Amino acid sequence: MNPFPISDVLFYALCVIFAVLVFASSTIAVLGWRFPQKDWLELRQRVRTWWWIVAVFVLAISVNRTISLLVLGFVSFLAFKEYLTLVPTRRTDHLPLLWAYLAVPIQYFWIWDGWYGMFIIFIPVYAFLFLPMRMVLIGDTQGFLRAASTLHWGLMTTVFSLSHMAYLLVLPTDVTGSMKGDGALLVLFLVVLTQFNDVAQYLWGKSLGRAKIIPKVSPNKTVAGMLGGALTTTLLGLMLGPVLTPMSMAHSAMAGLLIGVTGFIGDVVMSAVKRDLGVKDSGDLLPGHGGILDRLDSLTYTAPLFFHFLRYLYY
Amino acid sequence: MAAASPPLARLWHNALRLAFIVGVAWPVVLVWLGLTLRHRERLPVKGPAIVVANHNSHLDILTLYTLFPLSKVLNVQPAAAADYFLRHKLLAWFATRVIGIIPVVRGGASKRNDPLEGCYAALEAGRVLVLFPEGTRGEPEQMSELKSGLWYLGRRFPDIPIVPVFMHGLGRAMAKGAHIPVPFFVDVHIDRLLPWQDDKTAFKAELQARFTALQRKAAVLAEEPKGAPDAPR
Repeated sequence: MNPFPISDVLFYALCVIFAVLVFASSTIAVLGWRFPQKDWLELRQRVRTWWWIVAVFVLAISVNRTISLLVLGFVSFLAFKEYLTLVPTRRTDHLPLLWAYLAVPIQYFWIWDGWYGMFIIFIPVYAFLFLPMRMVLIGDTQGFLRAASTLHWGLMTTVFSLSHMAYLLVLPTDVTGSMKGDGALLVLFLVVLTQFNDVAQYLWGKSLGRAKIIPKVSPNKTVAGMLGGALTTTLLGLMLGPVLTPMSMAHSAMAGLLIGVTGFIGDVVMSAVKRDLGVKDSGDLLPGHGGILDRLDSLTYTAPLFFHFLRYLYY
Repeated sequence: MAAASPPLARLWHNALRLAFIVGVAWPVVLVWLGLTLRHRERLPVKGPAIVVANHNSHLDILTLYTLFPLSKVLNVQPAAAADYFLRHKLLAWFATRVIGIIPVVRGGASKRNDPLEGCYAALEAGRVLVLFPEGTRGEPEQMSELKSGLWYLGRRFPDIPIVPVFMHGLGRAMAKGAHIPVPFFVDVHIDRLLPWQDDKTAFKAELQARFTALQRKAAVLAEEPKGAPDAPR
C-alpha cells in the first residue's frame, strides 16, 4: 500500500491531510460555482497557501534528518527575518544583526548533531551574552537596552522556541519498544494539534460566547472560544497521541490540553507584539494568511512546552 | 558599449550578465532578503521604456533585475555615474559588461557633450532604461532632491512610458558603507505611468509627489494598525 520510504503510520497520516486539503479545495470550488457573486479570493488564496505549507512540511519531515533540519532552519530564518523587519533596529547594529542571523544555522547544527546540552543553552546563554558584547564594541549607547532586548526576544521566539520542533526529530527512536517514537510523527502530532487548535478556537469563538477573554489585545477572542478550542484539541490529542507518539492515553489528553491552552497564549502574545508595533499581519509571505509569524505564533509556545512535557515523561 | 562589440564578445557578456543575475541577484534579493511586489502588471517588460526608482543601496539595481523575466532582463540597463563606476579598469569592466550600466558623466553637460547620449542610444535600441533620479544613494530610506535628466529624456522621447518604482527597506538592509546586506523583507511598489510634461518644475514636482505618496504608502503598510490582529487563517 505504501510505496514511499516512510513509515506506514506517517504515510496514512499524510494521506488524511491530503484528503482534508482536497476536501477544502473542492468545497471552495463548489461554493465559488454556486455563489459566483461573492468574493472567494481570500479563502481561495488561503487554501492554496495551505497546500504549499503542507508540501514544505511533508518535505521537512519525511526525507532525512539533513533535509529536515535545512527546511526547518530556513523556516526559522524566515520567521526571524520577518520579526526583524517589523521591529525598529538601529543602523549602528548592522554587524550584530548579522551575528544574530548566524545563530540560526548554528542552533540547527547542534540539533543535527544531536547535542542536547548545547542546543538548550546556546541561545539563552551564549547568544544572549555575545550579542550585547558585540554591540558594546560599536559603542552606540542610545537605545542600547531596547535594541539588545528586542534582538534577544526575537531569537528566543523565532529560533530557540521553534527549534524545539526540530529537536523532536532527533530524539532517540523507539523508547517504549513499540516503534512509536518516530520523530516525524512527533512533529506531525505537535503541528497538527497546534494548527487544529487555532481553527477550533476561532470556530468556537465565532459560534458562542460573549465574555471577552483578553479584550485589550484581541477583541474577538472569547472565554467560550478558548475553552471550547482547548477541549476539542484535548479530544483530538487523546485520539492521535496513542497512534503517533509513545504516550499513554492519559498523557496524550494532557498533551492535547497543554497544546490547546499554550497555543492560545502564543497566539495572543504575538498579537500583543503586533499591536505594539501597529501592524495587523506580520508580513506578506503567505497569501491569504499574512506573514509566516501569523502562522507560527502558537507554535512558539507549544513547541518548547510539548517538547519538555514529552521529554520529561518518556526520554 | 555592448552594442559596438563583436557578436562573440556580446554573447559572452550576455552570458556573464545572465549568470550574475541568476547566481547573485536572485539568491541575494529573493532568498537572503525576500521581496513583496505590488502591481507587477505595471512593470514595462518590453522596451523602450523608462523605469525611475529611488536609490538607497547597491542592492537597488539587483532588486530591479529580479522583477524582470529572464528572457527580457538583458534588455534592461541602468544609467549610473561614470565617475563612480569607471574609477578603475576592473570595476569599469564589471559595471558595463556584467551589471550592464550605461555610464553617465555627472555634471558633464556642455554644448558639445550631452551626458545622456548613451541613454538616448539605449532607448532608440528599444531598451528598458533604469534611472535613479536622486543621482546618489544618500541617507538610507530618505529621498534626496531629484535631478533633471529624466525630463531631458522625456523631451527627446515624449511617447516612451515612464514608470516610477519605489523600493522600501533596501537602505536598511545595506546602506552606504556597509558590505554585507542584513536580511530584511523588502517592499517594491510599481506606480502608474508618469506622463511627461513641458514644464520642467511641474514635472519634477509631480515625480517627487509620486515618490512621496509611495513612500507614505510603504510606511503606512508597515506601521498603521488596520484592525484587530485576530482571525486565524
